[in-house]
Amino acid sequence: MSPETTPTTTGAPQADDSPIPTSRLRRKDLVGIAELTAEEISLILDTAVAMKEISSRPIKKVPALRGKTVVNLFFEASTRTRTSFEIAEKRLSADTLNIAASTSSVVKGETLADTVHNIEAMSPDLLVVRHSSSGACHFLSRICRAGVINAGDGMHEHPTQALLDAFTIRERKQRIAGLKVAICGDLLHSRVLRSNVLLLTKMGADVWLCGPPTLMPVGFERTGAHMTSSIDEAVEGADAVMMLRIQLERMLGGFFPTLREYFNVFGMTPERVRRAKPDVLVMHPGPMNRGVEISSELADGPSSVILDQVANGVAVRMAILYLLAGGAEHEAAA
Amino acid sequence: MKRLLKGGHVVDPTQGIDGASDVLLDGDRVVAVGRDLAVDSGVEVIEIPDGLIVCPGFVDMHVHLRDPGQEHKETIASGTAAAAAGGFTAVACMPNTQPVNDSAAVTRSIVERAALLGVVRVYPIGAVSKGMKGESLSEIADLKGAGCVAVSDDGRPVASALLMRRALEYAGMFGIPVIDHCEEPTLKGEGVAHEGFVASMLGLRGIPAAAESIMVERDLALAEMTGTPVHLAHLSTRQSLRAMDAAKSRGLKATCEVTPHHFTLTDERLTGPTSYDTNLKMNPPLRERADVDAVLQGLRAGTVDVIATDHAPHQQDEKAVEFDRAPFGIIGLETAVPLALDRLVHRGVITFRRLVQLMSVNPSRILNLPGGSLRPGRLADVTIIAPSAAIVIDVTRSKSLSRNSPFDGWTLRGAVAATIVGGRTVFVNGEIAGLAALRAAGERG
Repeated sequence: MSPETTPTTTGAPQADDSPIPTSRLRRKDLVGIAELTAEEISLILDTAVAMKEISSRPIKKVPALRGKTVVNLFFEASTRTRTSFEIAEKRLSADTLNIAASTSSVVKGETLADTVHNIEAMSPDLLVVRHSSSGACHFLSRICRAGVINAGDGMHEHPTQALLDAFTIRERKQRIAGLKVAICGDLLHSRVLRSNVLLLTKMGADVWLCGPPTLMPVGFERTGAHMTSSIDEAVEGADAVMMLRIQLERMLGGFFPTLREYFNVFGMTPERVRRAKPDVLVMHPGPMNRGVEISSELADGPSSVILDQVANGVAVRMAILYLLAGGAEHEAAA
Repeated sequence: MKRLLKGGHVVDPTQGIDGASDVLLDGDRVVAVGRDLAVDSGVEVIEIPDGLIVCPGFVDMHVHLRDPGQEHKETIASGTAAAAAGGFTAVACMPNTQPVNDSAAVTRSIVERAALLGVVRVYPIGAVSKGMKGESLSEIADLKGAGCVAVSDDGRPVASALLMRRALEYAGMFGIPVIDHCEEPTLKGEGVAHEGFVASMLGLRGIPAAAESIMVERDLALAEMTGTPVHLAHLSTRQSLRAMDAAKSRGLKATCEVTPHHFTLTDERLTGPTSYDTNLKMNPPLRERADVDAVLQGLRAGTVDVIATDHAPHQQDEKAVEFDRAPFGIIGLETAVPLALDRLVHRGVITFRRLVQLMSVNPSRILNLPGGSLRPGRLADVTIIAPSAAIVIDVTRSKSLSRNSPFDGWTLRGAVAATIVGGRTVFVNGEIAGLAALRAAGERG
């Protein structure tokens, strides 16, 4: 990873006629929110505003990444994130290739390093990687010449999700600093949680985490987030509440007795959300389990911005792709 | 052939020696220790340069030689060469070979191959249970008869309290200790790193401290019941050391070891400079600061009996994978003495004399080995230390077949100068001046 952390303005000619900022991220990879400064996060969010405009045009395409090859390398099943990246890449005119590696090469005995070295032999510019092992993207960023974008690594980080969540909050509230954001659900196994806590605390939000103690990561209060098992306390006066998916296998793993009891104690309902601010945003990274972590009434209600999150995901990923790979002057500076 | 190691500073706690002294060796035995020993004709005099310390040979009681079965990781020849370079005159090798050392036939094969190929002495440790499956006892009388000095299912804790009780009672009959890798398997689960803030932030499944200390408490309770010796391997948590301390206070025959990596590194290292470095993945995992402090306190106060390496070689391609898929363990034979000198002796945690107890006297006593002392009549196993020599760890120069060390590139103060086994010089450090005579003696055999 590049040691530089400050964005730089290169005075690059603008792609097409869109008002895309001319700054760049001075780094090869985006492996986590942990590595980003608040300034870099702001740069990505600002760039995404311009990118979102492109998606509203009748011709939703700019030549910013023309001639660049982006490989979406998914070792774990994904529909939403992979589709979002692919649309983002196509709207920037990149050549894209999807590889659903799942575990096939692993089953055949090939190591992750060998798989990726083989792909890299074909000179891609960026690899968008999802993997079930925490740290897999850090490992690849050290052994790859191409830039690595983390599309979710194990239970570690999902930085583009946190960035699109932040974009959605900022779009509605015009700020992040000072907002109370409650995140509820399976905190222990969630990469969305880790990226969001890092991002929201860096940007000055008041972060509240809520779930059963069996699903709380040990020592997490050191992040500066508040930890509680009282959903009422977490939601009280919140500007945004974000639910995390509860997987059936967690019940089988003994983290809580039944999905029914989970919903009764932690499920987000219109009644519970009444403790939040009247203009609260109800968020979910998907895929949702209706009737487990969130009621359908709330998910489909007026406070819900869940589909806005999906739409914004394309803009945020366009911004990240552009900031990492866009323009020849980037390579000269790197 | 008589050889006189002349003019060194000898530290031998078993004789209360800590000062300038000569050591006279005759063949494979020590025959005299004292100041200004007379030089008879026919005695080869080897001057020990100023500043070097002559000690009874160091013993590493926790080593994985991988032979038989995983000779791509290590062999008896390469592992014992690494041991010699690390200042060890003897190693005790764990039974998790392929096949498992759970029978006299496997033990004998290790003993015979070690006699042929070993650079230092090799003492096999037999399996507690057949196949290390934790179900039924292996033939411990047979194992001892073939040369095993202890029994252990190392790497796999003896999960059943009943089997552990039986093992303690049964092995106790033969006067050999049961060595346990303390870990409650359901609490450890799929864990790969110490459960705490660092693992939480890195998204790594945690191994809680209690997974170790629960088994420590259980084993100590069983040892108290049976009245037989138990040795607890590689303790890493403050709770374990507290339990050990209490057990010693009430007079139990319990001993324990710690590793150099557990007194040197914390789990914070996992965050960088190389994040998710699989050479930081070992079991027990690197713990947090308060645990490392407790390990240091245990070394200082006497709760800890032994420094052992848990030398666990793995090939580079086995480690160059995702963190959760990598095997546990690091090599340690060649870094143990420099780390102990740099981190413990030079920082005032322990005296050099205590280091000799931890690395020579105590492991020999626990395993009833003939070494661990330079008393006349004892084995001519000698470790010579250059305590002030600055060295840079370079894994590419390791004698081990594996390179999985997190200490590559570290500069440390303290080195092994030479290693003598049974009167034969088996290692001389080329970076230490004044050892030409010793080297020449080694070449003559």
